[in-house]
Amino acid sequence: MTIRENSEERSARPDMHPTLWEISRSGARGVRPPVVSGSPAFGIPDVSMRETPPGLPELSELEAVRHFTNLSHLSRGVDTHFIPLGSCTMKYNPKVSDKVASLPGFSDLHPRTDPEGMEGLLEAMGTLSDLLRSLLGMDGVTLAPAAGAHGELTGILIARKYFEARGETSRKVILVPDSAHGTNPASASMGGMVVRSIASKPSGHIDTVALEKVLSDETAMVMITAPSTLGLFEEELSEVVRLVHKVGALVYMDGANMNAFLGVLKPGDLGFDIVHINTHKTLATPHGGGGPGSGPVGVKSHLVPFLPTPVIQKTDRGYSFANPDDPRSIGPVRSFLGSTGVLLRALSYVLLLGREGLPKVALYALLNANYLKKRLEGVLPGEGPGLCAHEFVLSAKPLSAYGVHAGDLAKGLLDAGYYAPTIHFPLIVPEALMIEPTECESKSMLDEFADDFSRIVERASSHPSELLAAPARTPVSRPDEVLAARDPVLKDTTVSGGQFRKN
Amino acid sequence: MEKRYTQTHEWIALNESGSEGTVGITDFAQKEVTDVVFVELPRIGKKVPKGGEAAIIESVKAAFSIYAPMGGEIIAGNQALDSNPALLNQDPLGQGWIFRLKLDNPSEFSSLMDEKAYNAYLSDGGGQPGHG
Repeated sequence: MTIRENSEERSARPDMHPTLWEISRSGARGVRPPVVSGSPAFGIPDVSMRETPPGLPELSELEAVRHFTNLSHLSRGVDTHFIPLGSCTMKYNPKVSDKVASLPGFSDLHPRTDPEGMEGLLEAMGTLSDLLRSLLGMDGVTLAPAAGAHGELTGILIARKYFEARGETSRKVILVPDSAHGTNPASASMGGMVVRSIASKPSGHIDTVALEKVLSDETAMVMITAPSTLGLFEEELSEVVRLVHKVGALVYMDGANMNAFLGVLKPGDLGFDIVHINTHKTLATPHGGGGPGSGPVGVKSHLVPFLPTPVIQKTDRGYSFANPDDPRSIGPVRSFLGSTGVLLRALSYVLLLGREGLPKVALYALLNANYLKKRLEGVLPGEGPGLCAHEFVLSAKPLSAYGVHAGDLAKGLLDAGYYAPTIHFPLIVPEALMIEPTECESKSMLDEFADDFSRIVERASSHPSELLAAPARTPVSRPDEVLAARDPVLKDTTVSGGQFRKN
Repeated sequence: MEKRYTQTHEWIALNESGSEGTVGITDFAQKEVTDVVFVELPRIGKKVPKGGEAAIIESVKAAFSIYAPMGGEIIAGNQALDSNPALLNQDPLGQGWIFRLKLDNPSEFSSLMDEKAYNAYLSDGGGQPGHG
């Protein structure tokens, strides 16, 4: 059931905004760049010089401001709507963190500034490393990785180098439970390792019997998402760690879900050798729509020499950003200091909440998820009556009888004024809807959401066609995602003028 | 040609001599996967064990691994799927075949489910992996 969005429909929708090129007026100006006479001496080769001006839209400043302000009103973010997007931990980003990251001493620094000229930033990054080391229970931390999956890749490269240094080059297998994040097998494969999946038990927990059977002297690492994508704490985590260490392999924790035990438990104390934390989830930094993110990685002492370079070091002459000449390091994984703007926000958040506040984040996240899970019990089948962690999974399978799928419920929620929950993930639950309220939402918000969700599920059986046509209240209703994937058009050829015309 | 089925929803049919097998996914599987948008075919000459990952199909929903129902060497991939992955949805048991194998051990065929056993497996909830 796919409703195609065609161009007639697009122009018929009054709230569909024209592009900058469509409202361009020849001769209109917002800014007047200085006139350059002669050939500018930027060292640009003649062959690369443009002969005709680029086809940029022409607008007054007011027109440009209105365009972007109006567009911003079409957007849904956590500042405007509740985002129950499971696995993504879409929490509120405190504005004070933005303020700190915008301080001119940080934001005006050129990336090529010598370390002596950016001691303040280095100290801030050094402080964050120390705080993360403590929060993660690890002996060394790198802030370099640009995202969670990049942190995973960094962790895998560290493990590979570690086994190479030990002469155990036959350790190439990375085991990943099927309840782990989908990025885990992808990162392991990118890191040149062989990936094997381990099936979960019917309860959703790791099957230690099955795990023990596949562990061998070829196993490099087992990657565990804790809590899992089913929102479950592993029942037998200490046994899993013991079994993996017994065969000489490492245990990795995907800390994407660390909001569930931030400040309460330390991954290092649980026996993990490597862990990454997603600052854009757990430490309330913005989700960048593809970047910039940040995925710092912590390791135990035996892996510290393998951390990426350069490293922030505290010396008696202050902070430095150095390339220690240790061949064991995996080398640079990211240019400069990493996503510093994001990391500064993470530092602000950790300092703002402190030792007493951080565990409360986790406890309220658990409370909110369990309250909402309880409120939705009986509306759709879930994992059962027990407690969940920071998120839970429902199955829209019973609605298939009415032709309604998880995606249709999500579209219905858009009309009701919410961002959609995660759908079709984890894959081991048919028609999965994954809901994570985070600690930020109030009880009244959760109650309102539960009422609306229940009402939409009811409509799914009484008026399925209504849901299949949803959303009616968004600027775009149902883009044809199949057509978009099979036959993508990456250039807008509908506008006149401008370089997007060529196709 | 008789088809046999796996618990992971692939089918395989043998050629007349029984030395080669053609592999695809079942109608149930194509419905679960929803509209296929991309198929990553295996490299010709690649050896896959029984149950080993041989191909990947992507839909707007997710990416799915396709496992070899029997062990063997890849001798062909269905190039038609490159330009028209929708064949997998339109005709999963025919034109939507994915790859051909030169079989290591043709007798593995008899260990797979026949159509009746596969249908019983489906109605027994075999199509509902994990929880829910």
